[in-house]
Amino acid sequence: MNDIAPAIELKGISKAFGPVQANKDISIRVMPGTIHGIIGENGAGKSTLMSILYGFYKADAGEVFISGVKTEIPDSQAAISAGIGMVFQHFKLVKNFSVLENVVLGAEDGALLKPSLRKARKQLTALSEEYELNVDPDAVIEDIGVGMQQRVEILKALYRQADILILDEPTGVLTPAEADQLFRILGRLKEEGKTIILITHKLREIMDITDTVSVMRRGEMTSTVKTSETNPADLAERMVGRKVLLRVDKVPAQPKDVVLDVRNLNVTDDKGVHRVKDVSFNIRAGEILGIAGVSGNGQSELLEVLGGYEKATGEIYLNGDQLDLTGDKSDGQSRRARGIAHVPEDRQQEGLIMDFAAWENTAFGYHHDPRYQRNRFIMDNAAILKDTQEKMDRFDVRPPNPMLAAKNFSGGNQQKIVVAREIERNPDVLLVGQPTRGVDIGAIEFIHQQIVALRDAGKAILLVSVELEEIMGLSDRIAVMFDGQIMGERMPDETDEKELGLLMAGMTNGEAA
Amino acid sequence: MDGMPKWADVVLVPVISLLLAAIISVIVFMAIGQNPWEAIKLMAYGAVGTSDFLGYTLFYATNFIFTGLCVAVAFHASLFNIGGEGQVLLGGLGAAIVCIFIPWPHWTLALVAGSAAAALFGALWVVIPAYLQARRGSHIVITTIMFNFMASGLLIFMLAGPLKPAGTMQVATGIFPEATHLPSLHDLAGVFGLDLFGRSPVNISIFLALAACVGVWALIWHTRLGFEIRALGRSESAAKYAGISAVNITMIALLISGGLAGMMAVNNTMGINSPQLVDNAAGGAGFIGIAVALMGRNHPVGIVIAALLFGALYQGGAELSAATSVQVQIVVVIQALVIMFTGALDEMVRSPIRKIFLRMDRSSAAGE
Repeated sequence: MNDIAPAIELKGISKAFGPVQANKDISIRVMPGTIHGIIGENGAGKSTLMSILYGFYKADAGEVFISGVKTEIPDSQAAISAGIGMVFQHFKLVKNFSVLENVVLGAEDGALLKPSLRKARKQLTALSEEYELNVDPDAVIEDIGVGMQQRVEILKALYRQADILILDEPTGVLTPAEADQLFRILGRLKEEGKTIILITHKLREIMDITDTVSVMRRGEMTSTVKTSETNPADLAERMVGRKVLLRVDKVPAQPKDVVLDVRNLNVTDDKGVHRVKDVSFNIRAGEILGIAGVSGNGQSELLEVLGGYEKATGEIYLNGDQLDLTGDKSDGQSRRARGIAHVPEDRQQEGLIMDFAAWENTAFGYHHDPRYQRNRFIMDNAAILKDTQEKMDRFDVRPPNPMLAAKNFSGGNQQKIVVAREIERNPDVLLVGQPTRGVDIGAIEFIHQQIVALRDAGKAILLVSVELEEIMGLSDRIAVMFDGQIMGERMPDETDEKELGLLMAGMTNGEAA
Repeated sequence: MDGMPKWADVVLVPVISLLLAAIISVIVFMAIGQNPWEAIKLMAYGAVGTSDFLGYTLFYATNFIFTGLCVAVAFHASLFNIGGEGQVLLGGLGAAIVCIFIPWPHWTLALVAGSAAAALFGALWVVIPAYLQARRGSHIVITTIMFNFMASGLLIFMLAGPLKPAGTMQVATGIFPEATHLPSLHDLAGVFGLDLFGRSPVNISIFLALAACVGVWALIWHTRLGFEIRALGRSESAAKYAGISAVNITMIALLISGGLAGMMAVNNTMGINSPQLVDNAAGGAGFIGIAVALMGRNHPVGIVIAALLFGALYQGGAELSAATSVQVQIVVVIQALVIMFTGALDEMVRSPIRKIFLRMDRSSAAGE
């Protein structure tokens, strides 16, 4: 036993949802003033564990000790009083409120707002200075960047006197520079004696800033180690339970003719915001063009235009033929008919219909395919079912049950259903958005192999990803988008994350070079 | 995880909802000094006690199948068409015009033309709400409700004016020509030497309703259009990605929905004992259709069962108020309770049952 009580200690936490054991007998100790990482594949039970700690779920069994005192956490109010603060992956801020108002929200002192705000302003300024957060209390949330918004979330927790800060996938929406800044702040918090729990799937972050790390797999905490005594390959193996290839295995590309040629593309959305500005690029057969950038810089709109469900001006040529960008032929059906397949960024909102069974999702978008029709009116559900079964077998989708609703598959298996549907069409062009977002490491490896195989079959591939590692590993050429523009193109072996990071933050070619 | 087996979803939940409605009905009966057991017996007798009464139950069920399908088809596209009432009235207008102004040689031809006209008029009545929903985002619930009032006004105008036979005081059309009268099931049974359904108006359009059920089933689960309707209903963003036109599918789904409601008029005008169109031709069936669709879980088989139940309730209730001093309003209260528990409060019953099943799953998993 150490002399100091751990800031937080869990003993034998278990939680089941129906037949699924999300957490199984989990015990950890996190010492005060340390950064503890929790890493694991999707569905390993990280979020469930944190939700129990924050009072969203009630554990079936187990105990929580805060600074050595056994604590019940029935709801989030109790978690806050116990000194636990949570920064969620999706921020919980009121967009048209100021920073100050957001911080006070839910922690007002009385019926009248003025005194609370005055008191909060003083504390906020003090906190902001102490931890070098640099937040302007009067800025309105919708006007400030994502990195700043995240710092507001941290401020909210600190204002509520949190000693233990839990961050769930905090860098998903940040540029590398913003992530570095976040890590500096976390370091500062640690120096001041705060305890930090960092949930992430990025091995590099764990290696960079944590003191100790726990690995979760299938609801169990399989190991807890000192970060200094492990390495990424070792962690990945602990997560997946087998050796994993962290690098994408591929031979150099052999680009042929230009397949997709985009010229002076401009997109203005419904609100009149200019999302894509004069973008031009081309992709050759047998080549993967990666588009790097922080999310929200026009990549999504670019994919939507190419996929046929966003209007644009400019010209796009597919094998020399011009595509319709505004008229009747600018829809998903026409694009698919021309040989453009699309693995969309958001599989839950776009790529799949979560309530539909896997077989219905396999026909989704291709439900006009003659092979899926019995006659002019009636669809051949049996043929779709058979096709789905075959695809599931080839892509190792688990469980291989075509009747199961999409929502009942894990993220990785959902993505495999989408990727199988799109790749097996043998398209000329494959658009891929965030192919491995929320996908477990084992499935990432498989999906990457499939994309590379399609490239080697001489297809043109446009890859959009916010994961720089993925862009660097998979692309044959990299274009960086910022604020709707392409800031520059680089070859992956002639650039590094630092240079790309600068481009992603809007530095022009000259400044970055 | 859904957590709940299908049979619980489809059977257990509605049965418990009905029991709850029954319990409160019993309390209501006791509060007004009626013997609930007697009342229930009377209602059951009134619904299925004689061949005649059964015929009436089936007649009402036919109405509710059409309006239930109407609500269900729109529901699959995530649209709440509560304008069935108005669409039925317009359907009646269509059927009446076809029957009165065209001399039909035989009822079979009149049935085909009358059904087509009723469906067409019902569908036309939803064109404007559908357009406003699809193109302008005006909420379909608001617009269809407004159109119910307009339909009612339009019908009275037509019945008091252009369609009123000279020399009558009734706000109704005259009796349709003999050749358009649809054979009742009593007549049909007579062909086989059976004496069934007495004087009840249940008629051949019950088969039309069943055919519509098969049609809707095939449409929703076996055609591309149905696939697109369901896809749009479940996820508009995914439908957009797939290249499914939300505007087109919204329009088409609502037109089909309106057409189905309109076809109810075939039963309710051409099928009745003295075929004519009267001013309250819908009789609330458009609204009962909502409960029927909810209880039937938007599936034709469920809708048939729910429609039979509501038909029995409707007919049994009518007999109850005729046979006892129970006021007709109490019957309406009972019907409202059933609608409330099976429709509006559905989730109140569903979620505790789901939890029970989750717990059972877990304990059986732990026991392994």
